Amino acid sequence: MESFELKRSKDSVNSDQSAHWSSFPDEVLERVLSRLKSHRDRSSASLVCKDWYHAERWSRTNVFIGNCYSVSQEIVVRRFSRIRSVTLKGKPRFSDFNLVPENWGANIHAWLVVFAAKYPFLEELRLKRMAINDQSLEFLAVSFPNFKALSLLSCDGFSTNGLAAIATHCKNLTELDIQENDIDDIGGSWLSCFPESFTSLEVLNFANLTSDINFDALEKLVGRCKSMRVLKLNRSVSLEQLQRLLVNAPRLAELGTGSFSQELIVREYEELESALSNCKNMHTLSGLWDAKGIYLPALYPACTHLTFLNLSYAALQSLELAKLLPHRRRLKHLWVLDTVEDKGLEAVGLNCPLLEELRVFPADPFDDEIVHGVTDAGFVAVSFGCPRLHYVLYFCRQMTNAAVATIVQNCPDFTHFRLCIMNPGQPDHLTNEPMDEAFGAVVKTCTKLQRLSVSGRLTDRTFEYIGRYAKNLETLSVAFAGSSDWGMQCVLGGCPKLRKLEIRDCPFGNAALLSGLEKYESMRSLWMSACNVTMNGCRLLAREMPRLNIEVMKEDGSDDSQADKVYVYRSIAGPRRDAPRSVLTL
Amino acid sequence: MSTPLEHDYIGLAETSSMERSSEKISFSSSASSVPSTEEKTGKTANDTCLNLKETELRLGLPGSQSPERKLSLFGNDLETNDKSNGFAGGPLKNLVSGAKRGFSDAIDGSNGKWVFSMNVKPDVELAKAAVLASPRGGLDSKTNSQQARKSVSVMKEVVGVPQSPKPVQDKNNLVPPVNEHASAPASKAQVVGWPPIRSFRKNSMASNLAKNSDEGNGCLYVKVSMDGAPYLRKVDIKTYNNYMEFSSALEKMFSCFTIGQCNSNGLPARDGLSESRLMDLLHGSEYVLTYEDKDGDWMLVGDVPWEMFSDSCRRLRIMKGSEAIGLAPRAMEKCKNPN
Repeated sequence: MESFELKRSKDSVNSDQSAHWSSFPDEVLERVLSRLKSHRDRSSASLVCKDWYHAERWSRTNVFIGNCYSVSQEIVVRRFSRIRSVTLKGKPRFSDFNLVPENWGANIHAWLVVFAAKYPFLEELRLKRMAINDQSLEFLAVSFPNFKALSLLSCDGFSTNGLAAIATHCKNLTELDIQENDIDDIGGSWLSCFPESFTSLEVLNFANLTSDINFDALEKLVGRCKSMRVLKLNRSVSLEQLQRLLVNAPRLAELGTGSFSQELIVREYEELESALSNCKNMHTLSGLWDAKGIYLPALYPACTHLTFLNLSYAALQSLELAKLLPHRRRLKHLWVLDTVEDKGLEAVGLNCPLLEELRVFPADPFDDEIVHGVTDAGFVAVSFGCPRLHYVLYFCRQMTNAAVATIVQNCPDFTHFRLCIMNPGQPDHLTNEPMDEAFGAVVKTCTKLQRLSVSGRLTDRTFEYIGRYAKNLETLSVAFAGSSDWGMQCVLGGCPKLRKLEIRDCPFGNAALLSGLEKYESMRSLWMSACNVTMNGCRLLAREMPRLNIEVMKEDGSDDSQADKVYVYRSIAGPRRDAPRSVLTL
Repeated sequence: MSTPLEHDYIGLAETSSMERSSEKISFSSSASSVPSTEEKTGKTANDTCLNLKETELRLGLPGSQSPERKLSLFGNDLETNDKSNGFAGGPLKNLVSGAKRGFSDAIDGSNGKWVFSMNVKPDVELAKAAVLASPRGGLDSKTNSQQARKSVSVMKEVVGVPQSPKPVQDKNNLVPPVNEHASAPASKAQVVGWPPIRSFRKNSMASNLAKNSDEGNGCLYVKVSMDGAPYLRKVDIKTYNNYMEFSSALEKMFSCFTIGQCNSNGLPARDGLSESRLMDLLHGSEYVLTYEDKDGDWMLVGDVPWEMFSDSCRRLRIMKGSEAIGLAPRAMEKCKNPN
């Protein structure tokens, strides 16, 4: 999708040949192509020849736009006329960490207006890092009579009133998935807005909300939606209420509990345990806020078939995790807090041979006192027991080069390696050396690596390694690392599949920025903040590469010549017109 | 930013001669997980005796030679307070009002091996700069309440970097951490957006901590930290009925860290510790027990009746006696005006 404009010339060359060899009737071609689900496959198919291009665009029902500013609404609707499902991503990823100004953009409304006109049968909308307000939600709710699925991840700008509008008007809703958004949570009456006749909901995730909800309405809703398979509650739902819900929803495949710490009498505990054990289909469990160790055994019978256990909101200690795991041998995905410490991770290594994904979040990331968390030892222990591990997100306070080398030796299939040593620029805690060799080992050994986040004390050597070995790398996140422009140049010169590069607080300057001139058109985006890039460097880039959008966000009080935050992305829509004043488009 | 500045975190641009002259700058690799200020003593890596001492959990700063080391976290805080904009200094500001001391005094009082991360041999390749967030000194709108207690760090520094890549293979080059936070005082300045955790999770964790202080759960876990200890503990205050039980429990918990300084023998069996008892603690031992109350003020434990204490205590800190000098009079004032 992203590169079709650039390859148009190829089509015209092929068009005379297409009559000879592509003798499929259009309908057949469309039928065949409609089976293609992967966007990349579809993109490739569309590039074969003009016939295929048209067949593909007429058969496509799902469009994925990784950067909402890379293309305009008009272009999208002109090319694709039969879209039922749209996925849109907006702000740069660092907006999750408050690095992007609040009113930066990525507002959904203009898209909705166009979709209402051109895709009246739109069924699904999945948004990530977009700005969406209540009026837009209401507009969405009334404009698409067939609307079925709304998923909002890390978005902002709306309140529970917007959810009320969705509940009120979307008669065919099957999915309402509200995750990690910045919501103005003004209350739970939105749940009562689902009409009595409404029974189609299959996925309901409101774990994001902090306020109390109308439990009565929820209970009735769950009771009448017999096809419900995903239910993720928020923290305000108590254990007792959970039990009442489960009684009505034994077919749940994914459950997110509310708060797991109410004081229960024996009978209530047993009822809970029984309700949980009746959920024979449950493969995903999350929530478990404030989980107290004594209630965890209630989960054991429900957990025998779990493949995904998300304990990242439950501050479990090592022993509690160690007791919970032995019956969870089918676990493939595990998220925990670092309160489980290395001992807890040892238990993971011992009990979860099928583990593919591990995420360890910090319980007290901003605590100014020294607290135990997980260290290199825990990660190594997991790697010995879980050879299939391929996705890791690991927040720790110390790491060594040797440990990482061991880890990747044990688990050479990493596709996503995100290591966050929480003290910026911290070296190997045993040898005091930079962590260059650690990431060198990762890229040398893990040939399938697609995503890498580096941390710790790193010199340019790390980036030499990355440029030389990480041939499948698509996403790279760098913070507080590198020694000179050379580091970034190595990456830009070396990683052929690089699509997203995000950098903060590194000594990379104009030379580095400009070394990627040609590269940026094959990438989705580049983010550089608190580096050494100047306005002149950005202007030069803008001049040389007119098909890139170069946006600079300045901070108050900074030097006029400095480009504090730079966001570079390819676009066929030209510079955007909705940028706020704090964002300069060059 | 294009002109590299050489500042160290504390803002002493021209560093005291003693740092430049320390031949090998290293930091201790003790058992604790984070190289903290306490561990940043200049010791030679080859000194194996020190290594042993290093890993021993004891009073005072691991690796330090002299227990009378005056260099303190709080001294540093003051200095950074002066230098950076809007650095709130967190909960410590109340603490040190009586104990202000200039940074250079602190240095002189130490064994002179205070290490700064930026001061290294010129041929050591310096990695880069640290941190730093908006020079506005304010907070981004989305930061949560916990972050709001700490300030956004402000000083930007970029170290002069060599243009050509220098492989840092030389094992003799002990590269100190460029991250100033490791050498920063206990109340770290925070970097915007670091560690990279989404707001929802940050806020959930913050309210986790707040919830732990709620009495709704029937238990009241508060953190207990001890100056010099590598990690802190949590204790449920509700499980104790008076100061005596509490004190002996704490002593057991931290006995591995102390060398018997916390005196809990012969506590009289009454609700509160008397003023004289407090003074005993202050003068008799190197450590005193302090707590942060609902209002965020730091008080000496024992001032108020047990129930009042257990209701209002949010966290505890076993502090060096010398740091708590400013506390007693204020604590008494507070008792007189309970509000």
